[in-house]
Amino acid sequence: MVYDYVRWEEKVIANAAKKKGVDLKLVDSKDVSLLLDNDYEKEFGDVVLQRCLSYFRSLHLTATLEAKGVSVVNNFNVAIVAGNKLFTTLALLKAGIPTPQTVLSFAPESALKSLEKLGYPAVLKPTIGSWGRLVALLKDRDSAEAIFEDREHMFPLYQIYYIQEFVKRPPRDIRSIVIDDRVVAAIYRVSLSGNWKTNMALGAKAENCPITKELEDICARASKAVGGGILGVDCMESPDGLLVHEVNNTTEFKNTVPATGVDIPGLIIDYLVKLRK
Amino acid sequence: MKCPECDGEIPLPKDAIEGEIVTCLDCGTSFELYKKEDGKFDIRSIQVVGEDWGE
Ligand SMILES: Nc1ncnc2c1ncn2[C@@H]1O[C@H](COP(=O)(O)OP(=O)(O)OP(=O)(O)O)[C@@H](O)[C@H]1O
Repeated sequence: MVYDYVRWEEKVIANAAKKKGVDLKLVDSKDVSLLLDNDYEKEFGDVVLQRCLSYFRSLHLTATLEAKGVSVVNNFNVAIVAGNKLFTTLALLKAGIPTPQTVLSFAPESALKSLEKLGYPAVLKPTIGSWGRLVALLKDRDSAEAIFEDREHMFPLYQIYYIQEFVKRPPRDIRSIVIDDRVVAAIYRVSLSGNWKTNMALGAKAENCPITKELEDICARASKAVGGGILGVDCMESPDGLLVHEVNNTTEFKNTVPATGVDIPGLIIDYLVKLRK
Repeated sequence: MKCPECDGEIPLPKDAIEGEIVTCLDCGTSFELYKKEDGKFDIRSIQVVGEDWGE
C-alpha cells in the first residue's frame, strides 16, 4: 500500500491485512526515490493499493509503477477518469448512465451563456477536488459573475467551468462503496440543516442505506464505465430516479463502516488477494 | 504526548505508524506522527490541506 498520510482508512486496511495473514507492506510515497530505468516489480510486490491523499502524487506514482509492470489499484486509467469530474461525466454519458445535466465552458462570458441554457440555480465544481471544496452554488447571474471573477484569479484548473444543474433532491445523497463492480455497502449522507452540500467533511451525518436493485444496478454500471476497482460512487435521488454525480478514486469509508457494519477493509484485502498474480 | 497548541493530551496509538494523523483530545488540532532519530515517535504540524487532496 502506498500512502502519504495515514488516515483511519489506511490503518484499518493495514490491520485487516495483518488479521488475514496477508503481507501488506506500507510505503510512504514521500520516501520514494525511483530511478526510472530500474525494475520495481520485486520491491512493490504483486499488487499495489494506491491510497495517497494528494491526487497529483497518486496519479504520477501510479503511472510510474504501472509502466514498470506493477499492477496498481485503482489503475492509471481509472485514476485519470474517476479523479476528474469532467472525464467521469463523459464516461457516464457514453455508458448511458443517468447523471446531472452538465455544461462546459472555458471563460466567464461563455460560462454565463452556458448557464442560460442550463438555468439557475446551478452548481460550479472544480474538475479535480474533493470534500465539497470550491463547489459553489450559482443562485443567479449576479452570483455567477462574482464567483467567476474570483476564479479568474486562481490556478487555471479553476477556470475550467464545469457546471451542473442543481438537482432537486432530498437533503442527502448516497455514497456506495463499490469493489469489483459490486456494491458492498451504502450510506445516506444527510446534510446538516443550512448546508446544501452533503459532504461528510462538512459535517454531514451517515445513515445506512438499503442496497436496492436500482442502486446496485446504477453503481455497477458506473463502476464499469470508469474502469472498475475500488470506488466510492455518489448518487442523488432526483424526481426521475437516481443520478450518479461523481465517482471517487480513493474513497474514504470511515463513516460507512460504523453505519453499515460492513467490513470494508477486509473486503479490500480479499479483492487485492484475488488480483494477485 | 503534549499538544503544542493547548498543552492537552495527544494519545500515541499502540500500533502507531509513521505518517499517521493524530488529534489532540482537547483542542482537536491534528498532527502528523514521525520517527525521531532515536526511533521514538514525535509529532509535527501537517502541511496545510493540499488543493489536490481528497477522495
Ligand atoms: N448537481 C447537483 N445538484 C445538487 N447538489 C449537488 C450537485 N452536485 C453536488 N451536489 C452536492 O454538493 C456536494 C459536493 O459535490 P461533489 O460530491 O460533486 O463534490 P466533491 O467535492 O467531489 O465531494 P466528495 O467528497 O464526495 O468527493 C455533494 O455532496 C452534493 O450533496
